[in-house]
Amino acid sequence: MALLDYFLRKKEKQVTTASRAKERLQIIVAHERNSRNKQPDYLPQLTADILVVLRKYIKVSDESFSIKLDNKDGDLNVLELNIELHDEHDSS
Amino acid sequence: MARIIVVTSGKGGVGKTTSSAAIGLGLALKGHKVVLIDFDIGLRNLDLIMGCERRVVYDFVNVINGEATLNQALIKDKRVSSLSILPASQTRDKDALNKENVGKVLDDLGKLFDFIICDSPAGIEAGAMMALYYADEAIVTTNPEVSSVRDSDRILGMLASRSRRAELGLEPIKEHLLLTRYCPKRVAEGEMLSVEDVEDILSIPLLGVIPESQAVLKASNAGEPVILDTDSDAGQAYQDVIDRLLGETIEFRFLLAEKKGIFSRMFGG
Repeated sequence: MALLDYFLRKKEKQVTTASRAKERLQIIVAHERNSRNKQPDYLPQLTADILVVLRKYIKVSDESFSIKLDNKDGDLNVLELNIELHDEHDSS
Repeated sequence: MARIIVVTSGKGGVGKTTSSAAIGLGLALKGHKVVLIDFDIGLRNLDLIMGCERRVVYDFVNVINGEATLNQALIKDKRVSSLSILPASQTRDKDALNKENVGKVLDDLGKLFDFIICDSPAGIEAGAMMALYYADEAIVTTNPEVSSVRDSDRILGMLASRSRRAELGLEPIKEHLLLTRYCPKRVAEGEMLSVEDVEDILSIPLLGVIPESQAVLKASNAGEPVILDTDSDAGQAYQDVIDRLLGETIEFRFLLAEKKGIFSRMFGG
């Protein structure tokens, strides 16, 4: 009987509960990691629009401007703008 | 400078306090000056696992509020004089801790000890965030089980984004995987995630594998951290963890099921 069990078990190996657990975890963990790092789709357009408005009034180079959307505690989103202002003004 | 190590997990009941107690005592037995801090404000238990629950007079929050000095609050371990415990408070609200006042206490402790072991509460609330904020290293305690692995991954995300090291752009927290309650027999039968499975998913270096062991319950019953039970598999596995933390390369033990008889080996794979 042990011999028979051996062959039956060999076949089952592919669908052990542990391998299902691993597969499910790999999917959900990858998904959650993605959403942890992902910026929303509108962010590039928002960045461009804000720059257009800013440049109506002040000189802003691409390097002196940064935008970041942070997720705090999972339920609070913070939009962070960082603009370095230089001494000379240019209102053109 | 003291090494600040947080023992964390996200999920509750996976063995954070058991591991903190074993690792703290183990490091102290090697001659290092160690302080164990219970960050689980309102639900302190490290004192019970360490067997010093009757000796708690002042606690972490008393120190923060200036109602006691560190020396008054620290409990010296009766077994190893180089080990002290800073208990959590049992009654106060958990908002008592903040980055400034915890940082001050850790600074002061850093002058007195080589290792500061922070036993984190479960969850990802303020208490758990405080426990990991100042860490240099993190021992991510995980059971080979889906919810624990997922929560551990969540905590890894927090270590990478919410810690002091992350905020200041310093070298990231050094992460260690501690797999607890491991049953080699069930792994062999395909009923439990293997060490390799969990390593694959979390992709952080393995610090230790603690087998599921009756010695752990006996140890907490007695208030004697399981590392003192040198005959037990769990005790020996924690001893290996200590040696690895101190930079030695130790082969992993207790990963395989007990040797089978000749017949089952021939026919059972």
